[in-house]
Amino acid sequence: MSPRTDWVAHLVLCGGVALFLLPLWLLMVGATQDGSAIARGELSFLPDLRNLGIFWEVLTDKGPGGATIWHMLLVSGAMALAIAFGKIVISLLSAYAVTFFRFPLRMVCFWTIFITLMLPVEVRIVPTYAVMANFGLINSFTGLAVPLIASATATLLFRQVFLVVPDEMVEAARMDGAGPLRFLRDILIPLSAANMAALFVIVFVYGWNQYLWPLLVATDPKLDTIVIGIVKMIGGDTVTDWNRVMAAAVLALLPPVLVVLLMQRWFVKGLTEGDK
Amino acid sequence: MATLELHDLRKSFGATAVLHGVDLALNDGEMLVIVGASGCGKSTLLRLIAGLEIPTSGQIILDGRDVAQLDPAERDIAMVFQNYALYPHMSVFDNMAYALKIRGLSRDDIARRVRETADILGLGPLLDRKPRQLSGGQRQRVAMGRAIVREPKLFLFDEPLSNLDAKLRVSMRAEIKRLQRRMGVTSLYVTHDQVEAMTLGDRLLVMHQGVPVQLATPMEVFERPATTYVAGFIGAPAMNLLPAVLCQDGTAADLGRGLIIPFADGKRDGADGRKLTIGIRPEHIAPDPAGMAMQIDLVEPLGSETVLIGRLDDGELLSVKVPGRAPADALIHVSFPAAALHVFDAETGLRLG
Repeated sequence: MSPRTDWVAHLVLCGGVALFLLPLWLLMVGATQDGSAIARGELSFLPDLRNLGIFWEVLTDKGPGGATIWHMLLVSGAMALAIAFGKIVISLLSAYAVTFFRFPLRMVCFWTIFITLMLPVEVRIVPTYAVMANFGLINSFTGLAVPLIASATATLLFRQVFLVVPDEMVEAARMDGAGPLRFLRDILIPLSAANMAALFVIVFVYGWNQYLWPLLVATDPKLDTIVIGIVKMIGGDTVTDWNRVMAAAVLALLPPVLVVLLMQRWFVKGLTEGDK
Repeated sequence: MATLELHDLRKSFGATAVLHGVDLALNDGEMLVIVGASGCGKSTLLRLIAGLEIPTSGQIILDGRDVAQLDPAERDIAMVFQNYALYPHMSVFDNMAYALKIRGLSRDDIARRVRETADILGLGPLLDRKPRQLSGGQRQRVAMGRAIVREPKLFLFDEPLSNLDAKLRVSMRAEIKRLQRRMGVTSLYVTHDQVEAMTLGDRLLVMHQGVPVQLATPMEVFERPATTYVAGFIGAPAMNLLPAVLCQDGTAADLGRGLIIPFADGKRDGADGRKLTIGIRPEHIAPDPAGMAMQIDLVEPLGSETVLIGRLDDGELLSVKVPGRAPADALIHVSFPAAALHVFDAETGLRLG
């Protein structure tokens, strides 16, 4: 690689970084400025450092629905965690079953799971709502999280991971006296730790960003997620406090960013050590 | 330490019969090598004994107990796999300790046994490493350590050396033999490599198409192969097999082209004219100025000896092994010493006499 192309590459990369960071910078700067000024379109590129307290203020104030932003963050976090863990556990077990066990209709089960790829929540939202309503789970945390847990992608991912585990290793474990659960715990889960970390990151962000389903299933302000909360802060009859909306958006950004940053270290470690 | 007996062990996968009834008895502390070409059922036999497959019928008696329907873990058998099958995320210590942990041994006992085994195998300094940080030979050793540390009744080896390079294979072969002698554990060793089979086994079992064809000591298999298959399989280069007929009241073989060789070890049954296959090892064919002319097509120098592959004047292929260098002439004369002949029935391939 010549120094010249290196330089060009860096320029392009810097341009990309600027492109991605600019909206985020405006968001953070906007949060510290006067709401009416933003509404007039007079958004400065420099933060007003005297107004940093706005973040704390927004966090503890009651929102339009009656719940505080920090409560919404908690709901979002709990929902994203429940979806991420639920998805990992269910997918792990179902992939384990279809990969390592011979039972009647094994391939039928596999293809049934596979077909659900074509049915994301948005497609089956009315029947799913009906099912939840029949179970009496509308306006409950269970109703919020459970329908988002079922997914074929994670099952397929784990199946691919499991398929490359050599038969001899399974047999060695059997000779060592490891039963199915022990094999799962001692061999398969450690071997797929890196994949689990990656999956956790993806699913956590997916869960955090859910909008349509929470909007539909939970009308109780106690179950408002942060995404719903931000939408409720905008518009309506009153004047929108854009600086407050932006501050809430910044707060809403932090947990998924934090998850990505923290898990990335795991993720990279798992990949570079190359346990497989 | 234990004895192992197999009674009429059979295995079919669907309609395909892989093992057609194997009977076998292993003495306490014996190393038996099962050898055969790929697809002969030797690996299936090993997996049946290990418990990784369930036999279609027959018994596997380990130390007086029929284990044919038991889980692998309940049989007290350890196995060394061809690709080692080490757990990649566990250290060498944990790999070796895993079976003991599952059995619920105390921490101290596990540590003591793993360390003892590691010392035997020279793995002491490697206990904290992960398998991927080890060389092929070291991984092989860990795989053996994992088997040894359990102090099982029976060792099974499934072609454990075939992933190693030639030099390492020779040294590991010697090491396995030494270890097996030292531990005195009854062992079954599966291989397709006849050198491994000859050097390692107290006895050899030659398998062919799901049937055991000969069970004997390595030298006996070499000197008195029971069938033409064994004769061709054991020994390198392979034994020459030539068509012949019985003559002179069963006391000699007529190999055609006027060559009649009397048997050195007595008469064979059957009427004159019975079709035979005569076997003679390449190294037993002697240069003889008065013998048959052989045109040399190919010379394979092995250093201390040379293999000559050529044709007799009627086109019959023949390989001859001579000490030292190849003769300068492309035409040599050879004869078959009577004492070196192996006589088989041409139809059944079975040894006669």
